[in-house]
Amino acid sequence: MKLRVNGTEHTLDVDPEMPILWVLRDLLGLTGTKYGCGEALCGACTVHLDGHAVRSCVTPIRRAEGKGLTTIEGLSTDGSHPLQQAWLALGVPQCGFCQAGQIMTAAALLAAVPKPDDDQIDASMAGNLCRCGTYPRIRAAIKQAAGVEEDEP
Amino acid sequence: VTTVIRISRREFLAGLGLTTGLALGVFASSVQGAEPSGRAGPGPAPASQEHALGTDSLSPNVLVHVAPDGEVTIVCHRSEMGQGVRSSIPILIADELGATLERVVVRQADGDPRFGDQNTDGSSSIRKFYDDLRRAGAAARQMLIAAAAKRWKVEPESCVAADHQVTHAKTKRQLGFGELVPAASKLPVPTPEQLVLRPVADLRNVARPDLPLLDGPDYVTGQAMYAGDITLPDMRIAVIARPPVVGGRVKHYDAEAALAISGVECVIEMPAPTKPWRFQPWGGVAVVATTTWAALLGRAALAIEWDDGDEGGVDSASIREQLLTSVRAPGLPLRVVGDLDAAIDGAASIVEAEYLIPYLAHLSMEPPAAIAQVAAGKAELWVSTQHPQAARKEVARILGMSEDDVTVHVTLLGGAFGRKSKADFPSEAAFLAREVGFPVRVQWTREDDVRHDYYNTVNAQRLCAGLDDGGKVIAWHQRTAFPPIASTFDSSVEQPSFDDLQQGVLDLALDVPNIRAEACRAKAHVRVGWYRSVYNIFHAFAVGSFIDELAAARGVDPRDQWLELIGPARVLDLSALGVEKLTNYGESLERHPVDAGRLRNVIERVTASARWDDRFAAGRHLGLAAHRSFVTYTAVVVSVVPDKVRKFRIDEAWIAMDPGTVVNRDRVLSQMEGGLIMGISNALFGGVTLEGGRVQQSNFRDARIARIGDTPRKIHTDLVASDAPPGGVGEPPVPPVAAAVANAVFALTGERIRELPMARRLGG
Repeated sequence: MKLRVNGTEHTLDVDPEMPILWVLRDLLGLTGTKYGCGEALCGACTVHLDGHAVRSCVTPIRRAEGKGLTTIEGLSTDGSHPLQQAWLALGVPQCGFCQAGQIMTAAALLAAVPKPDDDQIDASMAGNLCRCGTYPRIRAAIKQAAGVEEDEP
Repeated sequence: VTTVIRISRREFLAGLGLTTGLALGVFASSVQGAEPSGRAGPGPAPASQEHALGTDSLSPNVLVHVAPDGEVTIVCHRSEMGQGVRSSIPILIADELGATLERVVVRQADGDPRFGDQNTDGSSSIRKFYDDLRRAGAAARQMLIAAAAKRWKVEPESCVAADHQVTHAKTKRQLGFGELVPAASKLPVPTPEQLVLRPVADLRNVARPDLPLLDGPDYVTGQAMYAGDITLPDMRIAVIARPPVVGGRVKHYDAEAALAISGVECVIEMPAPTKPWRFQPWGGVAVVATTTWAALLGRAALAIEWDDGDEGGVDSASIREQLLTSVRAPGLPLRVVGDLDAAIDGAASIVEAEYLIPYLAHLSMEPPAAIAQVAAGKAELWVSTQHPQAARKEVARILGMSEDDVTVHVTLLGGAFGRKSKADFPSEAAFLAREVGFPVRVQWTREDDVRHDYYNTVNAQRLCAGLDDGGKVIAWHQRTAFPPIASTFDSSVEQPSFDDLQQGVLDLALDVPNIRAEACRAKAHVRVGWYRSVYNIFHAFAVGSFIDELAAARGVDPRDQWLELIGPARVLDLSALGVEKLTNYGESLERHPVDAGRLRNVIERVTASARWDDRFAAGRHLGLAAHRSFVTYTAVVVSVVPDKVRKFRIDEAWIAMDPGTVVNRDRVLSQMEGGLIMGISNALFGGVTLEGGRVQQSNFRDARIARIGDTPRKIHTDLVASDAPPGGVGEPPVPPVAAAVANAVFALTGERIRELPMARRLGG
């Protein structure tokens, strides 16, 4: 099976039903994409398939054949994506585990809606859980990256 | 008393990758007294600073090293699990030393008793080590200054250390730290009497609002390494089918069906645990494969039949009845002031209520994972553990090895909240690595995590107050029933102890002349363990709700009721509290008293910022609660508004916290935000239930936590500026939240919620 991951071509002999998540983690060594639930309930495994955010834990690798996958490792080569920069500027991460998935979902949101409001952010990020409770800073960082003014508290 | 000592044991330093240079450790005198011969016990600090210390007695809580090139290495002996400890521990040392943060390297310590206490729990990393961290930095600074002063033939007092160099103020001569290391490392280490700490105001990065997050760049680029991210050559991956009922055993399984899956290499029955459960592996059947996917498919094919054992008949309804029965009868009185029975008999009116909180699952975003390699009589592990020494001990026991032959590396933790202080999952990995002869990663699934947790214990409470003619509370009676965590380590324990009730019952500041608090028995039917703020969760929920009920019964403002019950600003000693002793989170009452004034203060501040007095005019529905835990004071106000889905939605929240001295302000604020949200999760969704001994929930669809839309759009954090000794930070934001939410819901709907989680009653 031929795959393109973060711009690199791979040829793999793999069970076509294996979820993208385990192909990335176990076969390609791309461990930035996390396992959190295995049932598309938490969003920790979010990657982009031809630009669309998908939950890689339930998406079989056959669906990526001939398409382009982007993971957190490929979002930028040097951490310079505006979301990554905003995440650092606002100190969003706590344990950090869910943050790759959060950033990947947020990146897909901004690609579709360049200036999202709170309702659009909440709707788009609803599938990404964070047990540390970084949600307020996630909202703020998405707005900062998008250049949306924060409401006065 | 602690002492700074030069660390001269080459093998210890080489193990850390540190060779030449100046290496200092901070030692507690009680540890120094332990002789290499094994003669333990407290002893005097050694007279000489130049000890060729035996391995057993080398226990630096804090370790700092300055290399000849000037690089400063600070060993972090505590686990990073989101609280920001790796970004905070170096700050104090570096500031005392005068180091530039950019030239400080943080190394994560392996699990080793030589590092002293590494169990990252109890909100204690800064609370317990604040002074030691500063002493380590100060000692190194004084030695570098002494070396410079000697070379310049000037008085050390005329020199200052800043920006990674020593400067002679008068002549402006300067020498970098690295240049001074060879000479400084030969000088005597300052004695405790000679140590001079900088004035707090001179600690230039402490409490700076914008300290960088050490691991931030790795977090946002996917480079951060958690245990499950590590791969060893020839490593296999295992998933385990564990008994669905605690203590259950495997009756039959279909190994052939699992082995038929491509990639599955072997099926191994795990050793069955025996009571008490402690940190033993859970038993069951492991499927070992070349990929996680194959292991998961193999496990699904096992078709295991289980013998459920003794706990197979247990369900949550019967546990609930047992707890309520327990609090409806007298328990062990642990706090007594005045004559409660007489006061209740003579009271003009009585208010009473019962509260229930279920078993809570930790649900860290990273399910447990551990990697083990066992070869040539040695074991090496990589674990997302809060308690690497416990992991080392349990692995040694499982493998029948000496602890000296077990190395436990601590990775980043993807959340932990108390779950990962248990050593069950690393010992599973160690057992399997030995059995298969290859390195093994044990990967827990979310379902495993939900069903095989060491849950926060289940609780019922009964509160009863007697009021006089004027409505003032003259009698306070609290009963609390829960299976204590001690039951995990001794199956016969059903009686909560003094140590257990310190969490929000014994240390509750009350201005009430007659008080009795009783601990009521309860039997554990699952493994229970520490969970962020532990017993404080249910004690704060019951007390915080009950005070609101008292206010409603009397028709007074809830804030006034809180302040009246707490009474005037004062320090409460043991006799005022009515207790024989108070564990006080391991702190002395002199250093960390029970201070009613600080509790009042956070209530006054949080209600001021929430504009509490304007709430009716503004059409708002607010709930208030406050709590002391981990010697820190927290108050929360929550605002709720009507909602289509679940009767209410939390639209705004305020949290005021007084944890004393703060080191890393932004990380404290982030703990306040996160703790508030975890409290919301506890209130709305928290809790697993049992049927036939099996946990009924399995994944985030039914074991729910707050999503972004469940959290308030506006959160206001108010961190009280204080120079009091540092208190806990990670846990104290959590306890008051559930009561504040329940009280706000009462303000909105008139409905009093006495049992969590609320979503079960209120929908959504």
